[in-house]
Amino acid sequence: MSQTAPTTCWIKDKLFFGLGAREYLRSLLTPFNAVAAMILLAGGVAAVVRFGQGLGTATNLSHDNPWGLWIGFDLLCGVALAAGGYVISSTVYLFGLKAYQPIVRPAILTAFLGYAFVVLALLFDLGRPWRLPYPFVVQAGFSSVMFEVAVCVATYCTVLFVEATPPAFEWLGWRKLRAVILHLTIPLTILGVILSTMHQSSLGGLFLIAPGKLHPLWYSPYLPVFFFISSIIAGLSMIVVEGSLSHRALHHRADPGTDFDALTIGLARAGAIVMFSYFALKILGVISDGNWTYLPTAYGSWFLVEVLGFVLVPCLLFASAARNRRPRQVKLAALLSVLGVVLNRLNVSLVAFNWQLPCEQRYFPSWMELAVTLSIILLIVLVFRSAALRMPILRPDPTYPEHP
Amino acid sequence: MGLTRRQFLGALGGATAGLALPRTTRAAQKGTLGYPESFGVLCDLSLCVGCRRCEQACNEANDLPAPDQAFDDPTVLQHLRRTTESAYTVVNTYPQANAPAVHRKLQCNHCQEPACASACPVGAFTKTREGAVIYNPDLCIGCRYCMVACPFGIPAYEYHDPLTPRVRKCTLCHERILAGKRPACVEACPMEALVFGKRTELLERARNRIAAKPENYLHHVYGEHEVGGTNWLYLSPVPFDQVGLPTNLGEEPLCAKTGGFLSFIPVVIALWPAFLGGTWLFKRHNERQGQQPKEGA
Repeated sequence: MSQTAPTTCWIKDKLFFGLGAREYLRSLLTPFNAVAAMILLAGGVAAVVRFGQGLGTATNLSHDNPWGLWIGFDLLCGVALAAGGYVISSTVYLFGLKAYQPIVRPAILTAFLGYAFVVLALLFDLGRPWRLPYPFVVQAGFSSVMFEVAVCVATYCTVLFVEATPPAFEWLGWRKLRAVILHLTIPLTILGVILSTMHQSSLGGLFLIAPGKLHPLWYSPYLPVFFFISSIIAGLSMIVVEGSLSHRALHHRADPGTDFDALTIGLARAGAIVMFSYFALKILGVISDGNWTYLPTAYGSWFLVEVLGFVLVPCLLFASAARNRRPRQVKLAALLSVLGVVLNRLNVSLVAFNWQLPCEQRYFPSWMELAVTLSIILLIVLVFRSAALRMPILRPDPTYPEHP
Repeated sequence: MGLTRRQFLGALGGATAGLALPRTTRAAQKGTLGYPESFGVLCDLSLCVGCRRCEQACNEANDLPAPDQAFDDPTVLQHLRRTTESAYTVVNTYPQANAPAVHRKLQCNHCQEPACASACPVGAFTKTREGAVIYNPDLCIGCRYCMVACPFGIPAYEYHDPLTPRVRKCTLCHERILAGKRPACVEACPMEALVFGKRTELLERARNRIAAKPENYLHHVYGEHEVGGTNWLYLSPVPFDQVGLPTNLGEEPLCAKTGGFLSFIPVVIALWPAFLGGTWLFKRHNERQGQQPKEGA
């Protein structure tokens, strides 16, 4: 194996970790990758059916249930769980908590991949996906919350793309371009917070138009506020969850100088405070609308499971973990609150939506919808992993000057 | 102090631009309640016998595919149905305790302030001066938010069309109205349970019917105020929730709920940059002070 052509060399160095093509391909034969390939295969079959035969064949959507898993999970949860980007970049660059600098890059990359794959999921869900740019180039529906979501998600996706480029430029060795982008850090961060405030809340605002369909315990004029505050919770918790996973799985790529466990204690303190406000607001929402009479029903119990089990419990866990400096407990609390935000988005969009319809007219996802959703989650993990293995994501590149 | 004049003016400019930008948002939300001359249909449930001639006429007027069960097959009425992409109107029978069953025709109610139109991100729905809410498939991206928004569960989607799926619903036979004709369903009704006319006149007629036979009707015209008023109006001998019409919607147009939220967005655009930029300047000021502690004089 004595290839000396410069491109072959580049591929070998940059993409194959210095291995030859055959060795590299052999290194890919792992049990994880085998499972991943099977899921992606199922997702591929579902994609062929979706685009070949239409939404009706691939999904369990109906005239009564126009939105299913692809909106309820892929869009609503995807955007919420990608909130770590704006949460941590504003903490470090605007509020000046520099200790958190080492987790900015993984958080931004997670956020960018999250949003990019939200758009991909949207292409599956839209009846005519090739018309995605219509709200911007053909006619704008200014009175539509959906229009606002579209504008913000499109713009923020671009902002995140730019914010995510410096590690890629370092990997490619493009120093000048990297310097230009780093100079834009502050304006991009501010823009990111504005856009996130707007569209995170707008995703809750989407449901304001359907008071007759969403269960009163979940319907509230505060829905946009609920969605915005819980996106901060999702962001903080996802940083902990994603950080723990990547430090375990990609531990040889992590920066030995960063004490991730120590950082999670600070995140737990912030998480406890934000979650307590969120919990108080949720209770206030129920009381102010006079909906507490619904609590002794089946939906009421389910509401309490969400608000007590997945908001109050992780909130208290965060608080005690921060006080007693227990990183393992922070991770447990973070996992619970991530699940809590997912539960909330699924409740609003699917479980408590159309609650008055008879059982047989309710929605449950088809296997093809599940396969597409799983494939998209998996693609995010795979792209994150291959970027983190090659680019300076989890630790800084020593040949480059310090971050701004 | 740490703030130069240029930075201050820059921040100010950003905040002002934020305020000016979303004006159009507010303007677009101004309602269409002001079409007093619009047409509508008064549907008197006490006269409907469930013959489904209206369904047949609708099917023919809109060139829809033939139904699975014939229009004169009465067994169709044994279960509740909803509008679909191949049936813009359906008649349902609602059995009543100790009273004859009541039939109700379902179709788009042509809201005066349509939630579907306010929800559409490309403005594919238009509330016409004549009263109809019509849909333009050439703009539709297929997000189906209109179906989420509709309080009556009317719009249907062509889920089985992979290339050109459309939202389908009653058009109030807008083309026929423009040609001076009545909607096909109204023309087909043998019982005169459906009356076409100016909405204002229909309201008067409805009140007169209640006044003439107060024991026959619930003393309420459904659609006069519901969700800001609809161009279809209903008279019924039984409470409206017993014939499947939602009674928990309130009198405020649904777009007011999202409009109130959207009007906060200019505030976010205006205040966030100032607050976040200010925080950053403050942080940087503190950092610089910390770096040069010796320069006292």
